[in-house]
Amino acid sequence: MIDDPVVLSRLLTFVTLAFHIVMATIGVGLPIFISIAELVGIKKKDPHYILLARRWTRGYTILVAVGVVTGTIIGFQLSLLWPSFMQAAGHVISLPLFMETFAFFFEAIFLGIYLYTWERFKNPIYHWLLSIPIIIGSSASAFFITSVNAFMNTPQGFDLAEGTIMNVQPLVAMFNPAMPSKVSHVLTTAYLTGAFLLAAIAAFHILRGKTHIYYKKALHLAMIGCFVFSIATIINGDIGGKFLAVYQPEKLAAAEWHFETEDRATLLLGGILDPDEQEVKFGIRIPYALSILAFNRPTAEVIGLNDFPEELWPPLYIHYFFNLMITIGMFLAAVAFAYLVFYYFNRFNSLNKWLLRAIIICAPLSILSIEFGWIMTEAGRQPWILRGYLTVAEAATTSEHVFEMLLLFSSLYLALAILLPIILIRLFKKKTVESEIENQNIIL
Amino acid sequence: MIETIGISILWVFLYGYLIIGSIDFGAGFYSYYAKVTNKKHTIRQVIDRYLSPVWEVTNVFLVFFMIGLVGFFPASAFYFGTALLVPGSIALVLLAIRGSFYAFANYGARESNVYLFLYGITGLLIPAALSTVLTISEGGFITVDDSNVQLLLGELFVSPYSWIVVMLAIVSVLFISASFLTYYANVAKDKDAFELMRKFSLIWGGPTIFLSFLVFLTLSTHNPEHFQAMVEEGWLFVLSLLAFLAAILCIYKRKFMGIAFLLVCFQYGFAFFGYGYTHLPYILYPHITIYENVTSPEMGISLILAFLAGLLLLVPSLFLLMRLFIFNAEYARGR
Repeated sequence: MIDDPVVLSRLLTFVTLAFHIVMATIGVGLPIFISIAELVGIKKKDPHYILLARRWTRGYTILVAVGVVTGTIIGFQLSLLWPSFMQAAGHVISLPLFMETFAFFFEAIFLGIYLYTWERFKNPIYHWLLSIPIIIGSSASAFFITSVNAFMNTPQGFDLAEGTIMNVQPLVAMFNPAMPSKVSHVLTTAYLTGAFLLAAIAAFHILRGKTHIYYKKALHLAMIGCFVFSIATIINGDIGGKFLAVYQPEKLAAAEWHFETEDRATLLLGGILDPDEQEVKFGIRIPYALSILAFNRPTAEVIGLNDFPEELWPPLYIHYFFNLMITIGMFLAAVAFAYLVFYYFNRFNSLNKWLLRAIIICAPLSILSIEFGWIMTEAGRQPWILRGYLTVAEAATTSEHVFEMLLLFSSLYLALAILLPIILIRLFKKKTVESEIENQNIIL
Repeated sequence: MIETIGISILWVFLYGYLIIGSIDFGAGFYSYYAKVTNKKHTIRQVIDRYLSPVWEVTNVFLVFFMIGLVGFFPASAFYFGTALLVPGSIALVLLAIRGSFYAFANYGARESNVYLFLYGITGLLIPAALSTVLTISEGGFITVDDSNVQLLLGELFVSPYSWIVVMLAIVSVLFISASFLTYYANVAKDKDAFELMRKFSLIWGGPTIFLSFLVFLTLSTHNPEHFQAMVEEGWLFVLSLLAFLAAILCIYKRKFMGIAFLLVCFQYGFAFFGYGYTHLPYILYPHITIYENVTSPEMGISLILAFLAGLLLLVPSLFLLMRLFIFNAEYARGR
């Protein structure tokens, strides 16, 4: 195993993406809240919101810097580890890859400007306007890169004749069936994760006894975002399930341990599988729910795994990742809903200790959920790298040095993972909110 | 047609990376130099004010070139991808260290000598690592059998051509960035920084020309075909030399610093485009040419259209960035 370039390439890609996905998600998720906070601050003439935007931006910048770095790595690693795949992808799906670099370019330029122009404009609304290209750029990056990933799941827009790719239609390839559900899911979950991170920071300070109104404003703003985007996530998560049922039934079936094609299909939560007998122990079964999830009709027929040759089955462990992702998603929505109920029906209780603790827990949970969802969708595409055309095993590099590279990159990510929180904590401890508010009152 | 437009776009972007990347890499090195020699208050301020807003943009040029190469000439992904796993990964790790430690040092709470050292030293190692890709593209370092591509690392290590290119890359980084920082210090009216960077420009200028000659010499044995093509387009390299001489004259006389930097850009422009033009039709000697390995017309046209649309977006944005920071005397002076 240690000298199998296919396994090692998968591992290295896993390590890189598992790390990058956190940075990328935060990079897409935060700008929208920074922008909202600044706008609220300008409209209400409330310096607390401006400070909020400034402090969020500081943390965001460091995370984006690391995200740029890991994003550059994965951009190159795709060619280094999966040369045959990138050759094929270059022919058919390079358009969105190309446009992604433009989107990122756009974002990087305006982030640079935004960071260093807080006090350069007489009318603060000009500075706020600079945040719009950052939102557009980061979300467009997510859009383009997700459309490439969607293409790997539902490739189209070309013909394959005797090993040659012909009749390429770049836009058809880009706007493939998996694209809408995937893009909307990636975007809303990124915003949701961003919101919960910001909410958790505020909740943490309040729980630690900070009483300044600044923290309550921060918490409330972020929690509204949590609520909106958790609802959106549930809706497009449901759309994603329906997409799978039609276009990638084997992935849904593997995620649900659904072996026999049947109508009135049962949704399974948890459980332990006996793969030989295809029997499940200890699972929770919800009648009709899988048919509803897949087609919105309790009597709909859902295709089972046994309709596919076994060598094309995705790994069955994705069931757990699928379940965990959904459970966390539901929990996030419940916490956001509870906060709003507490806030609007009994103002004091929205700062209830247990609620604050739940909000804090939600931040790491939302990131875990991103990781789980990503594992589910990538592992669920196995054995294909381009579903129906190219397998992962065919696409990997033949180089003998992948193991050394795996060690090299793993140590890099480990170092970054240790340093990043230390730097962030140090940064924010050096300039506390209270001291900054004091200093700001002189300026404003 | 598509292959010509495609390779031109890519080469322009690589040239862009050469210039702004060199400024960035070299500035990192000078920043570290200023730190260890305790010149913090002159040169480092100038460097920080230039670098802080634009460093991320630099990185994008490189990614853009790579993605564009895969898009326009997909086979290059296969050849370079397989061959370059080790050197490519090392360059990536260096880039990663540099990028993240810059952010840590600059936005983080504490100035750390370790961060600055890493930032400075990677500024020289990265160009060295990246320049070997150009060396490899000259052929002779890759074997292909049964679609199995392998890099001959041993050959690369003992090749004089390869080492001279590496040295040229490092010296160029120091020269380009010194000449830019001379100009920028002048705009910022920072006399100490100006004198220091002027001195560095004059020191590193000569070696860039000397090593360029050596590159010519060693290429004549390593890749005679390419060498012959370069001799035929020799006027481009003469223009490059003239631009260099004029630039050095300006810097020496302490006059027209902006023009001097532009002349340095021309020096590298003529040489770089001369090198690239004569390298054609090969992307990788002798395996990939722009004619045989270009993408389909459908994809090629859509990439070119996307590129034009992207330019419409980027040019005004870059213009704004430059107006606000680089060519803004008030900002450069730290107000």
